[in-house]
Amino acid sequence: MADQLAVASRRGLRPALPLLLPAYLWLTVAIFLPLSAMVFFSFMTDLPLAGKEWAFTLGNYAAFFSQSIYSTLLLASLRLGLEVTLWCVVIGYPAAYVLAKVLKGRSREAIFLLVILPFWSNGLVRIFSWAMVLREGGILDTALNAVLPFKINIDLMYSYPAVIIGLVHSYVPYMVLTCYLTLQAIDDSLIEAGRSLGASRRQVLWRVIIPLSMPGLIAGAALIFVPVVGSFMEPRILGGRTGTFYGTVIEDQFVAVFNWPLGAALSFILLAVVLIILALAAPVLRRAG
Amino acid sequence: MAGVQVANVSRSFGAHKALDDVSIDFADGGFYALLGPSGSGKTTLLRQIAGFDFPDAGRIAIGGESVERVPVEKRCIGMVFQNYALFPNMSVADNVAFGLSVRGEPKAAIAAEVQRALDLVQLGKLGGRRPHQLSGGQRQRVALARAIVTKPRVLLLDEPLGALDKALRVDMQIELKRIQREIGITTIFVTHDQEEALTMSDRIGILRDGRLVQEGPPEEIYDRPQSEFAATFLGDANIFRGDATGNGIMLQDGTTINAASGASVPAGAKASCAVRPERIQISTGAAKPGSADANTLKGQVSKRIFAGNSSTYFVDRDGQTLKVIVQNTGAERLVEGQDVVLRWSPDSTVLIGV
Ligand SMILES: Nc1ncnc2c1ncn2[C@@H]1O[C@H](COP(=O)(O)OP(=O)(O)O)[C@@H](O)[C@H]1O
Ligand SMILES: [Mg+2]
Repeated sequence: MADQLAVASRRGLRPALPLLLPAYLWLTVAIFLPLSAMVFFSFMTDLPLAGKEWAFTLGNYAAFFSQSIYSTLLLASLRLGLEVTLWCVVIGYPAAYVLAKVLKGRSREAIFLLVILPFWSNGLVRIFSWAMVLREGGILDTALNAVLPFKINIDLMYSYPAVIIGLVHSYVPYMVLTCYLTLQAIDDSLIEAGRSLGASRRQVLWRVIIPLSMPGLIAGAALIFVPVVGSFMEPRILGGRTGTFYGTVIEDQFVAVFNWPLGAALSFILLAVVLIILALAAPVLRRAG
Repeated sequence: MAGVQVANVSRSFGAHKALDDVSIDFADGGFYALLGPSGSGKTTLLRQIAGFDFPDAGRIAIGGESVERVPVEKRCIGMVFQNYALFPNMSVADNVAFGLSVRGEPKAAIAAEVQRALDLVQLGKLGGRRPHQLSGGQRQRVALARAIVTKPRVLLLDEPLGALDKALRVDMQIELKRIQREIGITTIFVTHDQEEALTMSDRIGILRDGRLVQEGPPEEIYDRPQSEFAATFLGDANIFRGDATGNGIMLQDGTTINAASGASVPAGAKASCAVRPERIQISTGAAKPGSADANTLKGQVSKRIFAGNSSTYFVDRDGQTLKVIVQNTGAERLVEGQDVVLRWSPDSTVLIGV
């Protein structure tokens, strides 16, 4: 990477410019323009639509600090992000390990397909399927009561666990994929070398395999944590009344209350917080890897 | 330190017999080469001894203790892999320390042992480097230091020098041999390079298609191969095929070849004779008569390859091309197309039953 940059600067960027131009144009149109529009909105008193009066203000950002509900919800969302990420590690890493190091050939392909299947289904369909599974008298409830000798009531619908389950299900494939890629790159002879030196399977796992798969774990965690902190669909549908999070409040501003400036300001605060967390975590994680 | 006994070990993968009833006794403190073509089962045998894989049948003992079902981490072995298999996330010193640290030895003791091992492989100053900052030869030394620092009972090496270039390989051969002598560890060394096997080992085992073809000291296998395969795989050999006469064979055209050593084959049965190219004297017809029972053949030089200190002559004789290697001592050189007489002693001829 550094080499490539060095080569590019030595030759000068000019020859590469025609090739890069479409990409930069696309980035400008698709990301930079809307984003700067949102930055602009976040400093307005109202949307400049239908000839409404508007002025510049810092009030939208001030609202976050003056009303404690926003920071409370942000903390709840960060916790949700952390919990979902942890569950994704707990479920996704072993799955990736089995895929990369235990299964071979056909069975690996088949299981791989199953793992990435959630990617191919529509998000709403996925969430409403969980609603059918988790509600009282739903699939899980009925199935468990059919098997178990005693009567139990499973009603996870509209609860925090339901939100976690829905989010983990949506995002765990990211963790499986990133970890699978790094695990596959670990030569089997490293594992054998570890064991020939007297390390048990568990010692090899902790001292060799996990440190070497750190890049995959970090990439997966970043890919999951960031969108989960801002998520609103799963909390709203599966969480019901308990499903109010920072992301749902932002969505409300855009969809229901129609207060785009406040929604934009809250989004940028979230962006800033997430960037600060990633920046703080980076050196720690780099040392671990 | 301990010897290793492999007795009647077999291992199949599906219908393919990778090891077929192999028995070898690896003496305590010896340097043993397992030699054979690719796919002959060398790695498979080494993995059974290491404990990465378990035999379908047979016994394996290390230091007299039966280990067929003991997992690798409990066998107390050291292993060096062809691709070095150094842990990329650790420094050189941490790589070497790994085996001691998983045993939970105190830090100070580990550091001293690691330094001693690195000094032994002449890398005492490089402990702080990462594996990717080392050359191929240095990585191989680290792998060796890491394998021996735990004081294993046996050292197993799977084509450890295969990835090095020729000059470095010769250096490492000498180095490896020196270290092995110094610590006196039982060493089993897998290679497909016959020269490496000949120069380094006390004993050689030749494998072919999962079977042990022959086993013994290098000189013995070279001088008295028991099969055409052993004769041609370890060194070069001219092979003659014919009918056994009791003390040699008779070729189709009635020429007899006498052999002083080798198998005893009943007269009339099919048999072969092997003779090394450097044991044959080549001369123009008028040369001095040798001893009475010397083997003599007439032929014609079809090709000469000059190699500095020696020349190799290819001599055509009755549809067969024989190879003769002659030291360049300043005597007259023969030219292609010249009629020549080949002469060699029965002592240099080995009789092989078919
Ligand atoms: N894990 C395995 N599964 C299937 N076949 C194997 C396996 N390991 C080795 N073999 C087969 O066993 C034979 C011997 O292999 P190996 O011991 O690696 O040979 P060598 O090291 O002498 O080149 C080969 O034909 C190889 O294909
Ligand atoms: Mg091999």
